[in-house]
Amino acid sequence: MKKTLHPIKITVNGIESTHAVEPRLLLSDFLRQDMELTGTHVGCEHGVCGACTVLLDGEAVRSCLTFAVQIDGHQITTVEGLGSNPDELHPLQQAFWDAHGLQCGFCTAGILMTIIPFLEANPHPSEEKIREALSGNLCRCTGYQNIVDAVKLAAERGVGQPNPDD
Amino acid sequence: MKPAAFEYIVPDSLEQALSILQEHGEEAKILAGGQSLVPAMNFRMLQPTLLVDLNKLEELDHIRRNEAGDLLVGAMTRHRRLEFDNLVAQYAPLLHESIPSIAHPQIRNRGTLGGSLVHADPAAELPVIALAVDAQIKVQSIGGERTIPSVEFFQGMFTTDINPDEILVEVAIPESSARTGWAFKEIARRAGDYAMMGIAVRITLDEDGVCEKACLVYLNAGDGPMEAVEAAKILEGQPRDDQAFEAAAEKASQDEIDPLGNMHANVDFQRHLANVLTLRALDLAFQRADVDRGENL
Ligand SMILES: Cc1cc2nc3c(=O)[nH]c(=O)nc-3n(C[C@H](O)[C@H](O)[C@H](O)COP(=O)(O)OP(=O)(O)OC[C@H]3O[C@@H](n4cnc5c(N)ncnc54)[C@H](O)[C@@H]3O)c2cc1C
Ligand code: FES
Ligand code: FES
Repeated sequence: MKKTLHPIKITVNGIESTHAVEPRLLLSDFLRQDMELTGTHVGCEHGVCGACTVLLDGEAVRSCLTFAVQIDGHQITTVEGLGSNPDELHPLQQAFWDAHGLQCGFCTAGILMTIIPFLEANPHPSEEKIREALSGNLCRCTGYQNIVDAVKLAAERGVGQPNPDD
Repeated sequence: MKPAAFEYIVPDSLEQALSILQEHGEEAKILAGGQSLVPAMNFRMLQPTLLVDLNKLEELDHIRRNEAGDLLVGAMTRHRRLEFDNLVAQYAPLLHESIPSIAHPQIRNRGTLGGSLVHADPAAELPVIALAVDAQIKVQSIGGERTIPSVEFFQGMFTTDINPDEILVEVAIPESSARTGWAFKEIARRAGDYAMMGIAVRITLDEDGVCEKACLVYLNAGDGPMEAVEAAKILEGQPRDDQAFEAAAEKASQDEIDPLGNMHANVDFQRHLANVLTLRALDLAFQRADVDRGENL
């Protein structure tokens, strides 16, 4: 089949750019290969593991179940859009650091991108709610306990509450 | 794990989408939320040559009531919107109660009502709810539209009464009569997983608390949403009564459903779960109907 490229204009982590993509290119591969944003991980490519979770117009979605061509005109936030370097972690990342909420880190980007909108919608979540929010993200290392603790710590520190500077 | 190449069109209007389908027939596939279609394409179980993306059709994303009191829900309405919508909570409480059980929030942010009904996974929640609330399913083609009752729409494993040139456009949920109670229950190994067994129940009582009409529908219990008609007959004509509940649960779980068994639950265990869930769901549905009856006395 001949390759038809489609032009797309997108905003990733606040920066607008234009690209030409093949329809079959998954958003996950577009981010990793075309944008060189390899913080978004790919575990299963059928929606089960959650490693590829990114924000689409502020909502957590699976980037492996969305085609890049569909993102034309939309905004994407990846883990690179949180803290930009080890000295400037986002408060949610800092909480994961402090509570040892990761081991190998493969699942972490997807979990952070899941928890950002979750805490915005539920700034004071119960442990049960936290576990439910994490149910779509697999972690093969931690046994989840420290991830739950990290989310609790982040909530205690006010992540998700409206920023007075905004 | 990468999809095969395909052509992609994102129509601006329903009419344009319908004429593309008319022209391309079975080669074309509709892309809604993509949460079932894209995994199947990534596995190359499906290799459509053309995807028609409905995501720009705002006319298919709506929730409103008509004059008859039906709740009208557009096919492209996402699960997440259904979960938090006040009209759904008020006029389709059974639907409202089932949504948090559908997959994870990230999937619900994309998945749509129309996609779930057309996909017709026997383990999915929405086909079961559609049957339990007697939803009327409207499909449209260039040639015109048809409205199909849910009992006729679902025709078995991943099979529905929709043609390749048709688009599911809207679902109408009739308003419940007074003294109606409902319950949705399922058991999954983990929040968001497809359930090992599940049930939707809707019952209507008369003014004395005797069951006039009952409807029990099971998920992951056969090759589609499985309605237990005989169990419903056991309940009709009876007041709230443990013995009637037990007889209905036994009938439905042993004779009427036909679970296939899977890695997480064998057939006996699925029948056991169906029995337990039936008792719990009936108890709650009758309680709710009684509350409604009290308010209307
Ligand atoms: C990890 C994971 C877990 C899940 N768990 C559950 C669960 O527990 N319960 C559950 O019910 N579902 C579950 N799902 C599926 C999810 O709910 C999907 O949203 C749903 O099955 C399909 O909806 P969609 O909008 O994504 O449809 P799509 O994937 O876009 O389409 C599905 C099919 O329907 C056709 N189609 C879509 N819309 C229309 C239309 N308007 N008219 C005609 N044809 C149409 C498509 O061509 C395709 O064949 C899960 C999915 C994943 C990835
Ligand atoms: S890679 Fe997308 S959910 Fe696993
Ligand atoms: S830290 Fe290794 S998978 Fe979660």
